[in-house]
Amino acid sequence: MIINGVSIDATFAEAFPMKATRAIITAHNEKWAMISAQAMTGFATSVIACGCEAGIDRVLDPSETPDGRPGVAVMIFAMGGKGLAKQLETRAGQCVLTSPTSALFAGIDGGIRIPLGKNLRYFGDGFQIAKVIDGKRYWRIPVMDGEFLTEATTGQVDAIGGGNFLVLAESQEQALTACEAAIEEMRKIPNVIMPFPGGVVRSGSKVGSKYASLGASTNDAFCPTLKGATKTELSPEIESVMEIVIDGLSQEDINKAMRVGIQAVCDLGAANGIKRISAGNYGGKLGPFHFHLQEIMA
Amino acid sequence: MSALTFTLKQHPDQRVDMSPLVCQKLATLSVADIAALTLQNGKRSPRVDALFTITGTDTQNIVIKNSSDKLDFIGKELDGGCITVEGDAGAYLGIGMQAGDLKVTGNVGLYAACEMKKGYLEISGNVGDFLGGALPGNKMGMKGGTVLVKGNAGERVGDHLRRGTILIEGDAGDYCGSRMTAGTIAVMGKTGRYLGYAMRRGTLLLWQQPTLSASFNDCGTHTLGFLPILFASYKKFNSKFADAGLAFNRAQRYAGDMSEMGKGEVLVKR
Repeated sequence: MIINGVSIDATFAEAFPMKATRAIITAHNEKWAMISAQAMTGFATSVIACGCEAGIDRVLDPSETPDGRPGVAVMIFAMGGKGLAKQLETRAGQCVLTSPTSALFAGIDGGIRIPLGKNLRYFGDGFQIAKVIDGKRYWRIPVMDGEFLTEATTGQVDAIGGGNFLVLAESQEQALTACEAAIEEMRKIPNVIMPFPGGVVRSGSKVGSKYASLGASTNDAFCPTLKGATKTELSPEIESVMEIVIDGLSQEDINKAMRVGIQAVCDLGAANGIKRISAGNYGGKLGPFHFHLQEIMA
Repeated sequence: MSALTFTLKQHPDQRVDMSPLVCQKLATLSVADIAALTLQNGKRSPRVDALFTITGTDTQNIVIKNSSDKLDFIGKELDGGCITVEGDAGAYLGIGMQAGDLKVTGNVGLYAACEMKKGYLEISGNVGDFLGGALPGNKMGMKGGTVLVKGNAGERVGDHLRRGTILIEGDAGDYCGSRMTAGTIAVMGKTGRYLGYAMRRGTLLLWQQPTLSASFNDCGTHTLGFLPILFASYKKFNSKFADAGLAFNRAQRYAGDMSEMGKGEVLVKR
């Protein structure tokens, strides 16, 4: 398959099951909601070492938030429910509770309930106040700028992590430009996050390593400087490869995000140095969800 | 199916215990069976059809017409369905109610919503003392649900209130929120003396400045983030509480009762 001169590999991205949750952060204005959201989703690029993968789902209009203030929806993904709950609580406590004017609400009504502000309430040292409104429990925790309002729980749902595609370009600059265009479009799709810095990862990994202590290591088959030193996947004109990793609530969400992202890259086309689109395919070692590139773009 | 309607034939001299006539108890009965039920009326036990004219068949939608303030225990432990009372109701309206809707177009007596657990109770007229309270000797009053009073309420509103919401469009009498453990009581009109007497936790939400005991301390004026969410939850009611123009998020906060736990609050619109 070739789109605008860009070859779409007959391969698939391999993804794995995760647990996910969403929270809504509101604040006095969008600036402070975003600051809090960025803090909460910081250092959360990969479960390999961060404990979770997190990102900003989307900016919310005041009419969409529970308290009618500007807000930002964030999503957190982890390998298991226990880890997810721990990450959520730690991040909510250190990054949202501490952020001026913030309030924190559940972003998923269904699913298994996991603590959001349920345990943060103890920061109130006995002065915290519970309010049950329309069947939802909120905690009002007195803080120095007024009150921190948080919903007690949010929903945990099954999700998918590790959807991805690789952009193979003639230069680093062209690969980056293409990925930026893809991310801009992909951020418009709800229920997905691209957890790496700016949504793009330049150090894609393969499963395993020659070093026994490492579970993952550089994806040497796609490293352009190793073209002559390893069993490469790259043709001579490829000088740079960048990857976009997608976590989403469902296969359909990831499909949509991959489709608009790959389309944005292909719109730049071969004329802008984009040669191929491939995907992280680890021979079935990584996970049960397979996103076939050509099927997605058909 | 039309609503199962009980039209009172004549106003009784003695009080009538209406507790058998709730949706869940009538669900499996035919109209003939319902007519044959007996109701305690003073020291007598007349059949239902001796007191009421019965029409309709829908046991999940009960209407009591030409009602009287002598009809006690209407909707006792109601567990789903709807009861509409056209006229007044006596004491213990909706006592121990667990689910469903109960609406009264007239005035209501003592102990309405007493120890109510869940559901929605609407009173278009006035209501007597101990609305949402606990029975004498009991430690927990209303534990959940919502009560809306469009008129005035008597004394001891929400005595021992444990959870749930009481909304009063009119005035509330003395000792409003006395001994409450948690929950919310909102009063748009005036409140009487000894507001929040011995309250432990919970919120008294007021539109008019009350006369407060010395055991309530001023915490200043604040913009409180939970108030817009609280008022948004009232939008579904056919009430002044649904009027966005009357909602507020800035309030004077008084903490009390300091002679008790002191974790309660009186919030007054600013």
